[in-house]
Amino acid sequence: MSGLTRRGLAAGAATLAMPAIVRAQAPVLKVGLLLPKSGYLAQAGQSCHRGALVAPKVLADFGMRIEIMDVDFESNVDMARTQAERVINAGAHCIVGPFESGAALAIAQVTEQRKIPFVINIGAAPQITEQGYQYLVRNFPTGGQLVTNGLALIKDLLAATGAQPKTAVFVHANDTFGTAQRGAMDALYPRAGLPVELLDKIAYDPKAQDLSVEVTKIRALNPDVLLVVTRSADAIKLFRDMVRQRYTPKAIISPGSPGMYDEEFYQGLGPLADYAITNLPWANFNAPMTKALEAAYTPANPRYRFAAECFNAGFTFEALLVAADAHKRAGTTDGEALMKAVRATNLAEHVMTGGPITFDAKGQNPNIVSACVQNRNRTPTVVLPVAAATEKPVLPMPGWQGRS
Amino acid sequence: MTAGLLLGVVVQGVMTGLVYGLMALGLSVIFGVIRVVNFAHGEFAVLAMYAAWVAFTQWGVDPIVAALPISAGCFVLGFGLQRWLVSPFVGRAEHEQFILLAGVAMVLVNLLLMGFGPDARPVNLPYALDSYEIGPVILDKARLVAAAVAFGLTGGVIGFFRFTRTGTAIRACADNLLGAAVVGLDVKQLYALTFGIGLACVGAAGAMLVTISDASPVLAHGFTLQGFIIVIIGGLGSLAGALLGGVLIGVCEALAGFLWQPSMKSLFSFLLLVAVLALRPQGLLGKRP
Repeated sequence: MSGLTRRGLAAGAATLAMPAIVRAQAPVLKVGLLLPKSGYLAQAGQSCHRGALVAPKVLADFGMRIEIMDVDFESNVDMARTQAERVINAGAHCIVGPFESGAALAIAQVTEQRKIPFVINIGAAPQITEQGYQYLVRNFPTGGQLVTNGLALIKDLLAATGAQPKTAVFVHANDTFGTAQRGAMDALYPRAGLPVELLDKIAYDPKAQDLSVEVTKIRALNPDVLLVVTRSADAIKLFRDMVRQRYTPKAIISPGSPGMYDEEFYQGLGPLADYAITNLPWANFNAPMTKALEAAYTPANPRYRFAAECFNAGFTFEALLVAADAHKRAGTTDGEALMKAVRATNLAEHVMTGGPITFDAKGQNPNIVSACVQNRNRTPTVVLPVAAATEKPVLPMPGWQGRS
Repeated sequence: MTAGLLLGVVVQGVMTGLVYGLMALGLSVIFGVIRVVNFAHGEFAVLAMYAAWVAFTQWGVDPIVAALPISAGCFVLGFGLQRWLVSPFVGRAEHEQFILLAGVAMVLVNLLLMGFGPDARPVNLPYALDSYEIGPVILDKARLVAAAVAFGLTGGVIGFFRFTRTGTAIRACADNLLGAAVVGLDVKQLYALTFGIGLACVGAAGAMLVTISDASPVLAHGFTLQGFIIVIIGGLGSLAGALLGGVLIGVCEALAGFLWQPSMKSLFSFLLLVAVLALRPQGLLGKRP
């Protein structure tokens, strides 16, 4: 008689079934967080990362459990693709990131192939949600939405202040995001109905060591308004060269880009950072979840102000929230089921301005709105729309001299 | 567009190019004598930028003044590096030298990231935003000072190699290594001195660059690439060529940015490089091999 018994068989079968049982329980969602923590986008990547680090604790308070698998793609698109593969092989159930549109397009190819949900925190290039990807959602406006909202807010700004600028020049970084914004400006500016003639569009390399030539070119055109799409490091160079070359526009406005609200920008320019305006989605400081995020963020990052970091930290937190909420509803980490839950997201309670987080057939959240944020005393301050404003807008901006 | 604006752009290009020239001089010195290509060149420049930032923020020392001690520190670092790390690789296959110095570059840039983080570190000098208006030309004071010091230092380095006994001995090593060894020159010591001088140039350039651009580890790769373009245009191993190459790149980028799109500045640098390689492969002031 062999030693095989019914009890032994049952134990064996249970052992064989263990992985399936473990997978079905899936108590924690493993999120591969891909951000550019080094390289030329490191400042923004680390800012997003600070928001992500406090997310597990805040989400746990809301009954959601996640585990972050941290990955740096070094501001390199090829690296983003290989790191996405690596983190999925290491067990990530979904991907969140990557702050940069070019990297988002590279990661999307991997997640689509591996059938793993990809929740984009920040990345505005329109083509991301135009290529029919099934495993991708974006909780961030497209470049077109950003520019449309941004230009509408410029109109409101002129009406609110009575300023009457006549001319403008559009200056933009020539990376994926900047080029997409340029495309949106080309299409939307003529239809925006702004009473400001666009004299020229100037593209620059965001990795350039100085922007003196760019500023000389702007100075030659002498526009009343400078419309900019920048990152923080190049925005600092742009401002310094404007001061050195004694060129003071009446307004410096971003129709939707990072750069002029970053802590690095305030540190680098001091009072010269004031009065610059950025039109983009912002944190809703009245929302309970924003308050919970701020309460967790501030003690964890004593060197950084949530007021200046809320854009990067907020959108990254929301992307993690989307993944965690979908996991809670799906009750599984299976890619297909998880993605189905992600697409069915309807989160009324969240951090950034706008309606509930939902996704259309392309995976785009259509409910995000922008605010007009002006730097005042080195703090990003909402000045429009009036309902959300904490101060009135100042236009034309004061000259460079005599600021303190 | 006026002639005045164009003149201003050319002057800006010359000033920036002089600082680039000093930075590339270090690369040219090291390659010209030791025949080792320093792939960590830009990283050392950024290290010097951070040293200048620390000197300014901790002790209030102007980077132009700090350039001297930073340069001395870089000399010691270069001397030690050549003596104990690079020396065994001299004469070995080029790819081995490349891997060694690329490794040094990676270590340096990641140490800087760990130590200072990714944020750009500005040196907010009291005169950083000052400028002089001479007719239609606006001269940025920080850049003007940096360019003048770079010009003076380059002259000093060229003078050292031409008129001092040690400089002559180093040139002898570069011209005929075997002959130099036969007449009793301590080649290892001279190589270490050369690497030290090369890094001292980079150190001084880095300290001055921080008055133009904020210190950030991200800059390193671009500096290395730019250094190579400059020395290839000027002529590998030619000290005056490095200065000329720097000025040509500075002016070429400034004019291309002003007359076409600024985002195409680098394209014109590479076009200049291709033209020089096609028409005069040894560089503008380089010697035929």
